[in-house]
Amino acid sequence: MVVELRGCTRDYAGVRAVDALDLTVYEGEFLSLLGPSGCGKTTTLNLIAGFVAPTRGRILVDGEDVTGRPAHLRGLGVVFQSYALFPHLSVRENVAFGLRERRVAAAEIERRVGDALELVRLDRHGRQRPAELSGGMQQRVALARALVYRPRVVLLDEPLAALDKKLREEMRDELRAIQRSVGITTVFVTHDQTEALGLSDRIAVMSHGHIEQLGAPREIYEHPATRFVADFIGASTVLRGRALDPERVAVTGGPPLRVAGGRALRAGADVELAIRPERVRLAPGPGDNVVEARIEGLVYQGAQTEVAARLGDGQRVRAFVSEPTPAPLAAGQTVHLHLPADAFMVLA
Amino acid sequence: MIRRLAVVALLAFMTLPTVVVVAVSFNPTAILSFPPGGFSLRWYANVLTYPQFQRAAVNSLVVTGGAVALALPIGTLAALALERGRLRGRNVWAALLLSPLVVPGVAAGLGFLILAAALGLLRSRSVLIAAHVTLVLPFVVRSVWVSVRNLDPALERAAASLGATPWRAFRRVTLPLLRPGLFAGLLFAVVVSLNEFVVSLFISNRVTEILPVAMFTYVVNYTDPTIAALSSLFIVATFLVVWLADRYLDLGRVFLQH
Repeated sequence: MVVELRGCTRDYAGVRAVDALDLTVYEGEFLSLLGPSGCGKTTTLNLIAGFVAPTRGRILVDGEDVTGRPAHLRGLGVVFQSYALFPHLSVRENVAFGLRERRVAAAEIERRVGDALELVRLDRHGRQRPAELSGGMQQRVALARALVYRPRVVLLDEPLAALDKKLREEMRDELRAIQRSVGITTVFVTHDQTEALGLSDRIAVMSHGHIEQLGAPREIYEHPATRFVADFIGASTVLRGRALDPERVAVTGGPPLRVAGGRALRAGADVELAIRPERVRLAPGPGDNVVEARIEGLVYQGAQTEVAARLGDGQRVRAFVSEPTPAPLAAGQTVHLHLPADAFMVLA
Repeated sequence: MIRRLAVVALLAFMTLPTVVVVAVSFNPTAILSFPPGGFSLRWYANVLTYPQFQRAAVNSLVVTGGAVALALPIGTLAALALERGRLRGRNVWAALLLSPLVVPGVAAGLGFLILAAALGLLRSRSVLIAAHVTLVLPFVVRSVWVSVRNLDPALERAAASLGATPWRAFRRVTLPLLRPGLFAGLLFAVVVSLNEFVVSLFISNRVTEILPVAMFTYVVNYTDPTIAALSSLFIVATFLVVWLADRYLDLGRVFLQH
């Protein structure tokens, strides 16, 4: 393991940003801290970087306790959301900064800065000032600057947030390619689940200063452990009900729903069932696992239409219906929705 | 047309005293009359050879140099503390640091006089330097503060993550980025200190007096165009400093970069 947080807590003026957090980052992996703003993901990053000290708990890098060690002695690479490039230095000098601080020989600096700029395809822009470059290019300079002295870990704080959508997707692919080719351990902070799912080996979904669930992207997406994770990743519908037997759940105001796969249910227990909007289908009429719902809102999105509907007992269901819809839909209309048994995720 | 005339009139009104002084300085006779009755450089020669002016010029250089050398680092640290420090009562501190701007010169001068007398420092230029530091500090703090505000706090974190100690980060990142504010502060401080009169009058004597005080003393005793000549030199010097600064330091940018 490269980085380890043990019971780290951080308070800001009485507000707990990170709450007794345990986290292990393994050699070479790409780990994302994913969560809404205020969930403590950036504070966690700052704890690892050494920009803030934990109120309680310990931080280990390569098994060594670095809790009291200031940022400049930790030797980690950081890419900031604002890039934080030095505006008075050329691109080349920005990248060379870390090497100069480490008193690397001039010829060696020359060579390594050249390599780093080549890695991010900016070898022809070395003499320019950061302000002369586009956002995406500045982003790559920041990455080169953080990688050039071969840190044990590189920490990325929402590095793609400031880019427009198309550039963001390009940079995401490029970031992944660079991380793969260098093989560097990476901790990535983001609030964008698509980014996290596409880039990560593992994702830690955070909320209110603690980790809700930690696992591979597929695991997080297909088996969310909590209502928060199910909702935050993929904006699922969550239905409350009571288990009738190991395979069936009664939802008020509808027929019992069959639930397949996953754990067996305990009869009589209250359960929460999550289902992704893309798994909900329109059904021609009543049937197995079909519920009646009244359409409350429709949002046309081109390839699909997002349908917000309510069951008889008031519980909400979201569905993506691909366009063109089999029959015209309108608000106020009652529709039949098929909730496939194998699409349910049983939340803990 | 009327608007242009108004501008010309305003400019004439503003520059009239300067024009009169410069014109009188070339007057060949020993009377402060306008318009001048001829052309002569004798009063300029008088300025340069008058021993009390020579002594006062040296005093001015020492006092201004010393005050600026002290005020720049103090003002820079104050600006950094005001913007970045975890300061209780930030507004009170800001008001205190900028307050000499609103204290009347006579009051400040009297205060320094009483203090200097109590400390037995009335014969020393150090009192003048100390007084000038407090007088120019608000200008330095203000100028540097603008530059500090424009600094992204993430830059120092970036430098730290790259292995720079706090001191190295300050030297290599913060200080270079404060340069425009520092230059503007320096310029203000030099001009204010060189022209300071009221406070200095209270706390200087014949040995320690700076040029504006020496000029005042001269005018009280003599009425010949020597003082007009010296004033003209002063005007030219101040103008040169501002012009050079504007040309090479891009002052407009310093003041507009909010």
